[in-house]
Amino acid sequence: MKYGYYPGCSLERNAIAYHRSAMAVADALDIEFVEVDDWNCCGATEYISIDALPAYALVARNLALASQQKQNGNGNQLVAPCSACYLNLQKTNHYMADSPELAQQVNTALQAGGLNYDPGSVRVRHLLDILTQDVGYDAVAEKVTKPLYNLRIAPYYGCLIVRPGFDDTYHNPEYPTCLDELMRKLGATVVDYPVKTHCCGGHMTQISEPVALDLIRRLLKNAADYQADAIVTLCPMCQLNLDGYQEAVNKHFGTNYQIPILYFTQLMGLAFGIKPKKLGFGKEFVDARPALAKIEAEPPKKPKKRKRPPKEALPMPNLTEGM
Amino acid sequence: MSAQSSASRASPSSFIDEVIAATPGSDPHLDLCVQCGTCGGSCPSGPDMEHTPRQLFAMINAGMKEDVLRSNTPWYCVSCYYCMVRCPQDVHITDIMYSLKRMAIKEGMFQESTAADAPDFSETFIDFVEQYGRSFELGLATRYHLKHHPLGAVKMAGFGLGMLLRGRMDLTPTKIEGIAQLKTILARAKELGADSSKNGGGQ
Repeated sequence: MKYGYYPGCSLERNAIAYHRSAMAVADALDIEFVEVDDWNCCGATEYISIDALPAYALVARNLALASQQKQNGNGNQLVAPCSACYLNLQKTNHYMADSPELAQQVNTALQAGGLNYDPGSVRVRHLLDILTQDVGYDAVAEKVTKPLYNLRIAPYYGCLIVRPGFDDTYHNPEYPTCLDELMRKLGATVVDYPVKTHCCGGHMTQISEPVALDLIRRLLKNAADYQADAIVTLCPMCQLNLDGYQEAVNKHFGTNYQIPILYFTQLMGLAFGIKPKKLGFGKEFVDARPALAKIEAEPPKKPKKRKRPPKEALPMPNLTEGM
Repeated sequence: MSAQSSASRASPSSFIDEVIAATPGSDPHLDLCVQCGTCGGSCPSGPDMEHTPRQLFAMINAGMKEDVLRSNTPWYCVSCYYCMVRCPQDVHITDIMYSLKRMAIKEGMFQESTAADAPDFSETFIDFVEQYGRSFELGLATRYHLKHHPLGAVKMAGFGLGMLLRGRMDLTPTKIEGIAQLKTILARAKELGADSSKNGGGQ
């Protein structure tokens, strides 16, 4: 399987662990990701806040390059591991297709740089979608040599891969389950995580820290309430907020959360038996080692179902008496 | 401020049309809002906003341009799209928040909001993108925090050091090869955007 690959700025440095683990996992699964040559930043949520047409043109340059480089055998599918990049590529692709006026204006701008983009000619996908749908759960399960037994995972999807949902890949914009299923295939125990698609605040840490810290606190508290050993993410912004600001949350709220925030590809790599160093472990602010030490060789025993209530339970009222 | 006097004369219908026109790409359905309040109830930063999205849309409908563009609401939108997927009328709320940010900057009104620093964060971010083709976190954090939160910059310095020590932040920016091409494309897009806003299209 071969795909075009758009890493985005975060994966170059801040989320280098995500990039490394994604590559290692792709290698193990015989997927080839061909990086778009000379791609540029997607503008995050910033460019569109300042100026609309250049923001779409900025993204469209990447789509045009990916489309142009199709002859390299990248296929017409472009994979973005970062949720914000994924959203921006999707949005530009869809809005250009929906609005001939926007498409025409963006293309006029692109043509000034000798490029052109036919809206919809590239299909934008997120890395999670590739690994769960194209590769599939069974093929992933086959590669597992070191199952993550006894590791309790809170699966965190964040916002932008499920919403607004340009092509309904995840079926439910508020309660997707594909990451849950993927983690179970690795042998991990997936805890209920009701806030799995709540927002980490994005760049709110820079605008109003108290507002941002409260959004992050909710995500940490919920994972702690369900006794998760780690939160698993698929977005560099979510990872940075929950990991890098966890200490700030603890100071601000007087809490003591120590929950490592890991990329789903890092855990896939571990379960495939790939060395942690190759997966970017050690880059996280909250040390992942205590959590990973909980992994056991044997699957957790399922508690036996009690047929009778335990003796210490409160007695059931005897309805025959006094009736 | 001259913008204020022209704003106070804005007739109700013209301001909502202006907002819709400033939202390219897809019909934002702003005129279909039924004031149900699902948006505000779904918003993670709603309690910190001066107006919930529903209130803001009522104000847009009433032509309260100045109050709308001075509100901190668009700047506190975290782009989570919860409101957008829950809206029964398919109002493209997140896209409208972006349009309101752009309009507030153009009219110079954000300065009086409680999120007055927010546009500068975005502008500093895109300055680096325009210059290099890639974002540059160290430059962004340094320039933005020294300008707006010099005291807080000390705290941020600790965070930045943590990022550097973990090899998660570059000391120097990366420039793409086609930077000249990108600059040409962006310059042309800016011209086109300015032209269409003159013709009432609004970017």
